[in-house]
Amino acid sequence: MKTRKSKSFSANFITYAMVIIAFLLCELALSGAIPGFKMSRSLKGQLVPICVYIVMAVSLNLTVGISGELSLGHAGFMSVGAFSGILVSQWLLSAFPESNLELVRLLAALATGGVVAAIAGVLIGIPVLRLRGDYLAIVTLAFGEIIRNLLNCVYFSFEGASLNFSFLDPNLPGDIVVNGPMGAIGVKKLASFEAGFILVLFTLVVVLNLINSRSGRAIMAIRDNRIAAESVGINVTKYRMLAFVISAALAGMAGALYGLNYSTVQAAKFKFDTSILVLVFVVLGGIGNIRGSIIAATVLTILPEMLREFGNYRMLIYAIVLIVVMLVTNNPMLKSTLDSLKGKIFKKSVKEGDKA
Amino acid sequence: MIQFLSYLVNGISLGSVYAIIALGYSMVYGIAKMLNFAHGDVIMIGAFVCFSATQYLGVPALVGVLLSVAVCTVLGITIERLAYKPLRSATSLAVLITAIGMSWLLQNIALLIWGANPKSFKSVIDLGTLVLFGGQLRITSETIVTVLANIIIMIALTQFTSKTKMGKAMRAVSEDRGAAELMGINVNATISMTFAIGSGLAAIAGVLLCSAYPVLMPTTGAMPGIKAFTAAVFGGIGSIPGALVGGILLGVIEILGKAYVSTELGDALVFAVLIVVLLVKPTGLLGKKIHEKV
Repeated sequence: MKTRKSKSFSANFITYAMVIIAFLLCELALSGAIPGFKMSRSLKGQLVPICVYIVMAVSLNLTVGISGELSLGHAGFMSVGAFSGILVSQWLLSAFPESNLELVRLLAALATGGVVAAIAGVLIGIPVLRLRGDYLAIVTLAFGEIIRNLLNCVYFSFEGASLNFSFLDPNLPGDIVVNGPMGAIGVKKLASFEAGFILVLFTLVVVLNLINSRSGRAIMAIRDNRIAAESVGINVTKYRMLAFVISAALAGMAGALYGLNYSTVQAAKFKFDTSILVLVFVVLGGIGNIRGSIIAATVLTILPEMLREFGNYRMLIYAIVLIVVMLVTNNPMLKSTLDSLKGKIFKKSVKEGDKA
Repeated sequence: MIQFLSYLVNGISLGSVYAIIALGYSMVYGIAKMLNFAHGDVIMIGAFVCFSATQYLGVPALVGVLLSVAVCTVLGITIERLAYKPLRSATSLAVLITAIGMSWLLQNIALLIWGANPKSFKSVIDLGTLVLFGGQLRITSETIVTVLANIIIMIALTQFTSKTKMGKAMRAVSEDRGAAELMGINVNATISMTFAIGSGLAAIAGVLLCSAYPVLMPTTGAMPGIKAFTAAVFGGIGSIPGALVGGILLGVIEILGKAYVSTELGDALVFAVLIVVLLVKPTGLLGKKIHEKV
């Protein structure tokens, strides 16, 4: 037992170390301390989205990898978090205009985003978790689309500290903040790379500790064999719900950070494609492999930027890379050749093999 | 009342298109046990091929349709051979992600060939409009042809799967792939055939869809694809009559919802009904009940 514990500890340690070192390197590069290397403007702009997508990928991995349920509506939770986070942050700004409470506003936005998304997670989880397999997937997809449609119809405005809300009716008194299909407008940017880094660390602490806890083992037991788990007295509904809601809450926090990184945010940004993109990160990184999710989210967010010189061919290459990687890593014949090749070149890293 | 009838007719017409697309989803799911997310983009390619043939080459509409069916059939088989066949033994999620990659690939190929600007698709059906009740109810020829095409395809497909050798092989493979293989059925050929039929139908659906809603761009297929997938699940995935029922119900709900509830909430309503149906009948309206064995 003891060796197993230390094994998970060292694996987690590597994950934390990797994230912290990457963060420090980025900070060094940003301050220009590394000679001969300058971060391009577009890459700088990608730093917060990278953090957001890492959190999204890790939280989705909790649902898909650890809990074993295919969710196609993860962006729905992200949008709920984004809009509630923006509302709280803008409300604080409108209610206390003189005070300089950037950090408080950011924290309040993240917390609200997480809580509101968790509530959405409970509400959606109750019907969704009654289903299984592909039917569960299609219902999460449906919820994601419903959330996006509903967000296209809500209007919020402020009059000082009071908040006005209407559904489908754009005529509101005061300063409009959320304007239906136009989305949230005039958002004061609060997100920073440092905040993103701390959110990533927070997510890792939550998810890694959950995985290595009693609850985490129960969740994985349900994934591996639901009936066997139920027969040894595990409360299946409770633990599936736990994983689903934590995953939703983290996605909500990521959404809040994402929302506060732009001056306007439309619900259309969180459509089905975004859910799919995060799922791609999870699967390419390795289902159930948290470190893989982090690497895949980072690489695949930077990749389109790196391919910018190919112009119109950029997304074409991206798609081909995705298909080829899936074929190479999943075809039994190609995989065995690749493994033996890897074993010849560097004997050690065969075990890890999580770089997708 | 007449207004309602007119919405209903529009709904059935849109639903027929969904039903034809849903068939492709449903058959592929039943036999290859995979969600083929690239199916929606095959629709788009089909519509573009027909558009180019009639617009640039000036061929008659019927030839354009046949050409697009041929191109899509070949495309479907090629996609299956290149991307899905090597993953026959992989996890279903891996195949799903490959299908998504394929969907992006098709969209971007279309983007490179035809550009991002929306094209206005000229209807291939030009037979005038049927006027009923002294001009109060107008039914376009597109609607009639779409519904007729849907009925013909459904009957033909039901006959095909129940009478022909290949059709029976398809049902056997979807029932139990291992056992079918032991009985001497060529599983790979059967799966290829399924993709061919599904993609050919997608081309027809694409042409019909764009004849009724004439905006054509590389992302045209995405939303109808998702809706048709929903329709397939709605009716019970893997079942041919299920696809028909699911597709038509979905189309009617969408049009009526947009007309009577709110334009913005039409899609939300469609998905809400889907959720309610799945909660009451977890395997769809006409789906088979699967008992779990311990």
